[in-house]
Amino acid sequence: MSEVYVITSGKGGVGKTTTSANIGAGLAIEGKRVVLVDADIGLRNLDVVMGLENRIVYDLINVIEGSCRLKQALIKDKRYPTLYLLPAAQTKDKDAVTPEQMKKLCEQLREDFDYVLLDCPAGIEQGFKNAIAGADKAIVVTTPEVSAVRDADRIIGLLEAAEVRDPMLILNRIRPDMVKRGDMMALEDVTEILAIDVLGVIPDDESIVIATNKGEPCVADNNSQAGRAFRDIVKRMMGETVPLMDLTIESGIFNKIKKFFVRH
Amino acid sequence: MEWFTNLFSKNKKPASIAKDRLKIVLMHDRVNCDTDLLEMIKNDILMVLSKYVDIDTNELDIQMSQAPGDSNNPVPVLLANIPIKKMRKLNKDGQEA
Repeated sequence: MSEVYVITSGKGGVGKTTTSANIGAGLAIEGKRVVLVDADIGLRNLDVVMGLENRIVYDLINVIEGSCRLKQALIKDKRYPTLYLLPAAQTKDKDAVTPEQMKKLCEQLREDFDYVLLDCPAGIEQGFKNAIAGADKAIVVTTPEVSAVRDADRIIGLLEAAEVRDPMLILNRIRPDMVKRGDMMALEDVTEILAIDVLGVIPDDESIVIATNKGEPCVADNNSQAGRAFRDIVKRMMGETVPLMDLTIESGIFNKIKKFFVRH
Repeated sequence: MEWFTNLFSKNKKPASIAKDRLKIVLMHDRVNCDTDLLEMIKNDILMVLSKYVDIDTNELDIQMSQAPGDSNNPVPVLLANIPIKKMRKLNKDGQEA
């Protein structure tokens, strides 16, 4: 039984594309057949984050217009053999697609894949409506900032209205040191406000920047904290119960010594 | 106006300031009371009230706000400030005497 997920946020720049790429790669590592669909027509980005920008021949619009077959437009990932990307068109705009066409495309993809992941554009206009049209489930990405949480709330409302059931939250770019000082909202603050189930928490991590620069998801990186957070999210999506990552900062000399021995 | 002073007091941590601000912003967003709707409410209230009292429409103020004094769990309230010029004298049938 395949599942179609839309990864959305409302606000731009909170990490939708990075999240999509990492969840996609993570599911593929687990042996699942996954297709990542870049639904951000006109502002294609998922291809660069995945490091597949040089392999694009056809795109989503070509498939919808019928100028190529679906299989021709799908790009096979270089690292994970069960992971594919359907890139967005860069030259068209969001009005080039209708929700009905996206629905049909998702149905087609469902036949060949276990997971269809739609990377939604920012905003609540046509691009958003297209991206959610064919989705069964939604993942809402936000960061612990007032503007991002506000937009997430709006998106959750719109998802409910569109009958995309039970959206789940990923809180991205948490800085445990700042949370501890009371300078940043904690996960509990955000969930209290949004009243939504949590799929995962991702710490603010330099490895994300490094991975994106290299064009490879950090989910496979065992040394990356964010990578571990994404691996946990993937397990939860597959039905496993994995406790949320403990992001509380341990202070005091005893904990530092303990940490030292655990690591070495 | 306690929430207002809380909001800007120096003792509050930025995280809880953010949380409080969010709660208020979202309360407004969720109520989603646009100006047209507010105008309709205003007109209907005026229609009913003017049966009984003479209203100073220039000084009239009707707006959405939150229940004062509870910043942890804000509840939307309709605040109406309606200055009355004079009461109408009505007889038993509701007609003006």
